[in-house]
Amino acid sequence: MGSIFNAQQIVNGLQVGSIYALIALGYTMVYGIVRLINFAHGDFYMIGAYAAYGAFFLFNSFFGGKSGVLAFAVLIASMLAGGGIALLANRFAYKPLRYKPKLSSLITAIGVSMFLEYFFSALPMIGPSYRSFPDIIPKVQINLGIAVISNYVIIDIAVAAVLMVGLTILVRYSALGKAMRAVSQDKDAARLMGIDVEKVIGFTFLIGGAFAGVAGLLAGMTYPRIFPYMGIQPGLKAFIAAVLGGIGSIPGAVLGAYIMGLAETFASAYNSLIGEGIAFAILIVVLLVRPTGLLGEKTADKI
Amino acid sequence: MPAQLSIQGMTHYFGGLRAVSNFSFEVPQGTIYGLIGPNGSGKTTTFNLITGIYKPTEGKILFEGKDITGEKPFRIVRGGIARTFQNLRIFSNLTAIDNIRIARHYTTKSGLASSILRLPSFKAEERAVKAESRELLELMHLGPRANELAKNLPYGELRRLEIARALATKPKLILLDEPAAGMNPKEVEELMSLISRIRDDFHVTIFLIEHHMQVVMGICERIKVIDFGETIAEGLPEAVAKDPKVLEAYLGKRGA
Amino acid sequence: MPTTKLPKLPKLLIAAALLYTVIELLNTFGVINGYILHIINQSLIYVILASSLNLINGITGQFSLGHMGFAAVGAYMSGSLTTLIFKLAPHAAGGMPLFVLSVLAGGVAAACIGFLIGFPSLRLKGDYLAIVTLGFGEIIRTVFNNIDAVGGPRGLLGIPKYSNFTVIFIAAFLTIVVIRNLLESSHGRAMLSIRENELAAELVGIDTTHYKVLAFSIGAFFAGIAGALFAHLLQLAHPTQFGFVKSVEVLIMIYAGGVGSLTGSIIAAFGLTFLSEGLRLGIGTLADVTGWPIGGEWRMVIYSLLLIFVMLFRTEGLMGTKESKLVTIGEAD
Repeated sequence: MGSIFNAQQIVNGLQVGSIYALIALGYTMVYGIVRLINFAHGDFYMIGAYAAYGAFFLFNSFFGGKSGVLAFAVLIASMLAGGGIALLANRFAYKPLRYKPKLSSLITAIGVSMFLEYFFSALPMIGPSYRSFPDIIPKVQINLGIAVISNYVIIDIAVAAVLMVGLTILVRYSALGKAMRAVSQDKDAARLMGIDVEKVIGFTFLIGGAFAGVAGLLAGMTYPRIFPYMGIQPGLKAFIAAVLGGIGSIPGAVLGAYIMGLAETFASAYNSLIGEGIAFAILIVVLLVRPTGLLGEKTADKI
Repeated sequence: MPAQLSIQGMTHYFGGLRAVSNFSFEVPQGTIYGLIGPNGSGKTTTFNLITGIYKPTEGKILFEGKDITGEKPFRIVRGGIARTFQNLRIFSNLTAIDNIRIARHYTTKSGLASSILRLPSFKAEERAVKAESRELLELMHLGPRANELAKNLPYGELRRLEIARALATKPKLILLDEPAAGMNPKEVEELMSLISRIRDDFHVTIFLIEHHMQVVMGICERIKVIDFGETIAEGLPEAVAKDPKVLEAYLGKRGA
Repeated sequence: MPTTKLPKLPKLLIAAALLYTVIELLNTFGVINGYILHIINQSLIYVILASSLNLINGITGQFSLGHMGFAAVGAYMSGSLTTLIFKLAPHAAGGMPLFVLSVLAGGVAAACIGFLIGFPSLRLKGDYLAIVTLGFGEIIRTVFNNIDAVGGPRGLLGIPKYSNFTVIFIAAFLTIVVIRNLLESSHGRAMLSIRENELAAELVGIDTTHYKVLAFSIGAFFAGIAGALFAHLLQLAHPTQFGFVKSVEVLIMIYAGGVGSLTGSIIAAFGLTFLSEGLRLGIGTLADVTGWPIGGEWRMVIYSLLLIFVMLFRTEGLMGTKESKLVTIGEAD
């Protein structure tokens, strides 16, 4: 058996890690700002994929042939869908419970997740079965000598990178970013400074959902099957990645996601059972050894 | 009088913040000992350290000669130290009498089997615990409230309930964290006589944190003043009240 | 003040005996057929699942999302045991006592797993505990999915059908009595205090770790019993019966019924099991009648909406934390 740590696997790991990163960011941002584990986040990813699918067929007749514009339109569609659903979930399911015990919100999030999955599965035009995803951009194989990759690998990693850089700039340098950081630290203080806390929370959901939507699009392209329950596994793994990196920390989510992607790829190459379980194994180890994650901060509770 | 509680060189850091600095003092058995200081001076932290919620970064805590530093809270409580909390920690959805009965739990001997099978020994123990708890409630003038849900009780009664609950653990030392907070002058008077009565009738040492100067001067037999985690003064109330450092700590910062 | 009321256990016993007799009679005279009886059996098993989860979540306040993992352990352990004994000695006399032992073995196995999982996990709070229990539940399911000796992804088949209404009813009754007796004792109050204010509980001398692990283990035990009974009712144990969604279904029951209320769990277990079947039938009929492609997934859509509505509009569920006088003793004076 050759080494599993070869360039091909590394590339694969980075590719899947990029998708996880986009999803993980949404989890971590929402947790950071409202301390909620949004169980439904993986389903925003699923909705993004379906929106992209629908947009492709819708716009194909308009733009048909012009790959670039079509791709861009599909991208926007996935972001709008993911972000839009996130906003709706926040507005109708999470906001009413904002100041009630945390557990109510958690359970509601579970309910929202189940609802989205089963609803999409129940809709006759969508249905529970797999659907293959069209090639929005023609697939091209590139031979790098040490590995053979498709251009999708580059697209996945590049799109994720661009979005992550964009987010970093937003959080570090914009007024909204500052407001997001303020609300994460102390909601009441932020409110007293004149920040519209609910609006900032809404934006956070929007951005997180939009990123998840894009991840759905990328995943649809890369593993070209979509189905209503496609968000469960990646959502869980991305969540674990966020916990690994330190839930609430944006760099942590990215770090955790790439570690998760690589770990999963290597583990699967070695043995498929271990590959299946590695995510949970990581979760258990992190929670029992260092619950705040790699880059997370220990918050002291005042007693 | 022998020292019941002995703190030796206790220092505690929260990350980089020094909350308590090189405390050494003794609380003699049977006294009413007061700990005062401006907000954030480390008073509640001291209580948390004594009761094992935190383990001090340095130093030792000895209770009746035994080293209890870093012990788990429930063991410290079983060893004879009870406390109340600054922001009440009552079992809100349980009745007043249940709040008390829970504090008697560790003294019970009925195992799971005898509880589930409702053996006579279990029933006898339950009756005894109920009777003792009721007695304690009566003492605190909470008798009629026994079967009320705690969350329906007014603030003053909740404070008394928490003290009753602390007493139910059969302590030798009680830590009272701002027992007079939020009370009107009449309630404060009643509290002061209650605390004295508890000390006398239950033979417990009282160690209290307070901001109400009336209480501090009225019933404390010795006082320790701290600020920024350091001791500023210690001794008899009259002497401490005149200590210039104390005045500066309070008036200079317009604290308390 | 002396009371002339009957001690409450006989009251519950009488009510239960009455219910049992009524159902048996209805069954004997054909008023309710095998299908309805089957749903009643399932409801009773859910009573065991819901009340045991309530012990962990509602009474001790520890949020566990992997409850069906314990049921899986019970189902597979017990199912394998009876299948093995059946294979080795197919005409072994005394099938029922063996069955009872087998079910108990399932419960004990589940309790051991509960203890092993609970011990390290229960240091965590709230969200983190939820996630780690979810993770463990999934790990258990994945493990069974991958053990070929118990059927792997095909499941454990051919389990002899030992579960019947009588056995299940008695099991459910005993579960309620045990949990109720536990609840109304010093131990039960200790658990409640952890839910109410864990720090204060610690500070009145309660060993909170001990009680959290105890509640977890006892809850796991009964879940294992439920799983074992289920396996011998459906004659199979399959990984898909014990996944996260199934754990959530039990969660919906305790929240709809009232977290912390045993009575609520009983009502909700029956109510939701019947509702589920009703929805299945109703949706099927609707689809047949109208010819529209209405799939079975709509049942779960309604279920999840139910959960959301309970959370948004009546978080305390049907009973809140209150109990019916029939089920619990309460204060006699």
